[in-house]
Amino acid sequence: MESKERKGKQGMHKQLVAILRRTSVAAFGFALAASSWAAGPAQSAASKINDPARGWDSLWHEVIVDITIIGILFAVVTAWFMFSSRRTADNQVGASPKLSPASAVGWTVLPIFIFLSIDLYTAANGWVLWNHYRDVPADRLEVKLESGMYSWDYTYPNGVRTQNELIVPAGKPVMLRMTSRDTLHSHYIPDFRVKEDSMPGRVTYLWFHPTKPGEHLVTCAEYCGVMHSYMAGRVIVKSTDEYAAWMKQEETMLAAAATTEAPAVPAKAGAPAAKPKKT
Amino acid sequence: MNLKEWIFTTDHKRVGILYLIGSLAAFAVAGIMALLMRAELSTIGPTITANPTNYNVWLYTHGAVMILGFQIPALTGFFANFCIPLMIGAKDVAFPRVNALSVWLFYVGVILALLTFFIPDPPDIMWTGYPPYSTITTGNTAMYSFTVLILGFASIIGGVNFLTTVAYMRAPGITLNKLNIFVWCTLGAFVLQLIFVPVLGTAVSLISMDKYLGTNFFDPAKGGDVLTYQNLFWFYSHPAVYVIFLPFIGVVFEVLSSHARSAVFNYKMVVYGGIGGIVLLAGEVWVHHLYVSGMADWLRIGQMVTTLMISIPVGLMMISLVGTLYKSSIAFTTPMLYALGVVFLFLIGGLTGIPLAVPSLTLAVSDTYYVVGHFHYVMAVAGTFSIFAGIYHWFPKFSGRMYNEFWGKVGFWLTFIGSNVVFWTMMDIGVDGMPRRYYDYAHFPQFESAHQLMTAGAVVLGLGFAIAVLNWIIGAMKGPPAGDNPWGSPSLEWTTVSPPPHGNWPTPPSVAEDWHPYAYKKG
Repeated sequence: MESKERKGKQGMHKQLVAILRRTSVAAFGFALAASSWAAGPAQSAASKINDPARGWDSLWHEVIVDITIIGILFAVVTAWFMFSSRRTADNQVGASPKLSPASAVGWTVLPIFIFLSIDLYTAANGWVLWNHYRDVPADRLEVKLESGMYSWDYTYPNGVRTQNELIVPAGKPVMLRMTSRDTLHSHYIPDFRVKEDSMPGRVTYLWFHPTKPGEHLVTCAEYCGVMHSYMAGRVIVKSTDEYAAWMKQEETMLAAAATTEAPAVPAKAGAPAAKPKKT
Repeated sequence: MNLKEWIFTTDHKRVGILYLIGSLAAFAVAGIMALLMRAELSTIGPTITANPTNYNVWLYTHGAVMILGFQIPALTGFFANFCIPLMIGAKDVAFPRVNALSVWLFYVGVILALLTFFIPDPPDIMWTGYPPYSTITTGNTAMYSFTVLILGFASIIGGVNFLTTVAYMRAPGITLNKLNIFVWCTLGAFVLQLIFVPVLGTAVSLISMDKYLGTNFFDPAKGGDVLTYQNLFWFYSHPAVYVIFLPFIGVVFEVLSSHARSAVFNYKMVVYGGIGGIVLLAGEVWVHHLYVSGMADWLRIGQMVTTLMISIPVGLMMISLVGTLYKSSIAFTTPMLYALGVVFLFLIGGLTGIPLAVPSLTLAVSDTYYVVGHFHYVMAVAGTFSIFAGIYHWFPKFSGRMYNEFWGKVGFWLTFIGSNVVFWTMMDIGVDGMPRRYYDYAHFPQFESAHQLMTAGAVVLGLGFAIAVLNWIIGAMKGPPAGDNPWGSPSLEWTTVSPPPHGNWPTPPSVAEDWHPYAYKKG
């Protein structure tokens, strides 16, 4: 009697181990395949510029579709159980079957591997896009940014300075090396899907790829003080010719200012970013 | 029953009810702050105040008081105090006088937080208190530091108390695998509090030392570092999310199981996989709050993986919640509606967190209304709904009376609709670029109608909450007697009279061998 029971238990353990092995192999295989597939296109396309903003749009879309499917799945099952399990008599109790130890483990291990494979797949995709965000193309315009309450001060490689207006040529990647002279700020350009905090004592960076002429809002995304919500500026993308003309004009003005030994002032110094309408 | 008896009480149930009253008062204040902010945002430019500092103070108060004054005390103060000794068959907690001290400290903290409105320069540093702003503002940073320290200390001594209580005071026959899920969840939450609160205490002490005593922990000009504060702060404050999440999902398990008269699906998976998994992962994911803060790239990638892995324990718990409903017997009472509401709201909130676990996606949506909408779904609304579910569920036990079912349901539907209107809209305009913590959105005129919709939704939401609170007050005074076990639950707290006397049971309870808190019997 006793040995029979033990035998039964041993059989169950064997069964459990078999289930575990099969599910883990399957799930890991799926996860690895998924992540290597996701990492694939990045290596082949290393030569041309990977615009992070476009990558963001497609990955965002994909993740939103994924979570919508998972959400609808859960919601429909829940709604069905709610409907089918309405209490019909006052003394009624639930009649759900008791889980056997093997199925209890199965209901734990299988979801773990499904979730883990979704996680790893998402992580692999996210990592590929992350590298696009952080690897700045060598052929770029590099501008220094100092943020302060409440303005964005840009300095171009040739010493030209602007405030709250970042003027860039179309078609060339732009990199900002950022620091702050007072509190935290965050240089957020919604149209280019990018932001990064600037702070005193450290230099952070971001880059984006303007392709055609136009204007884009820059706004502060890290609480920096009383006037936080009025700290805004613009990225102005000009055609290559217009940009060259503008830069030449700025250079002439800079040279003129240097010869008269006037104190260096930002080319576009003026009112701070904005003020409240009614005060 | 006089006031002195209540103030100097050491009875765990009265301490719990004091926690409940204090945290609901805090909830009301923080809720009014939310309505003031929504009123201000209903038009572009100044609406009800021309001074952005007023708005920033409301925002600070809303965040700090909702988390530190309402959710954590309601869950680990009221529910833990009232339910745990009753659920494990104990007469009281292990250290009743320490328990009384913790509720006194809680009231000191709440009063200190409310003094914000009576001092000349109230804190305007958000609940995060990031330097350098918090060390240079004219606002009163010390007020923030001391509020956090006192509430944190109240919570730590509560944690010691409950870990001891559950370890040593269980009635004979209640083994660890027969503990209510809520007890397990609260234990997990207190373990997290004990590990991580000291780190928060350090962080908020250091900003006040920087501001008032001339130290330079966070001033890079004098050798300090700005990012250190953010690391310290979130090293506590992300686990704090689980300090709220664990007890609230525990309450949902209790309510769902009782009103569906169905055993929790795969109990051990929830306890060891779900709760255990969250306690293990809680301390390794804080960098996802710092994805755009200028952290090292390898840290952002490493914690992307750990953050995504949070989906495993949480997913197991969701499977169990839904599985509990399978072939059950659901009565759609008010507490059940709130608990089912949590399942749907938490589903939305949890899934919208997945993109935020990925740093490359977060670069665009971090610090926007998308984040605000996400954490309101996952923590604020789901948490508050579960607190409301729990209060309705145990209302017959702690008051001995019944609430009004009709007004309970009216309150539920108003809050459910209101919160979806507000927070879905919020996530929607967040993806389009609306940044958070904005007193004015002059640069985003395209969002004005969305803001007005959210303001309308907030009014509906607030009305629903007010109806629920009134329902409790009237029910506690005039409701019909409820009986000892109105829901037909085998869980131990329903075996004593309502309301339970001091000492809980006339004779100490013991349980049969086949007893389980979720073993529902026909009858």
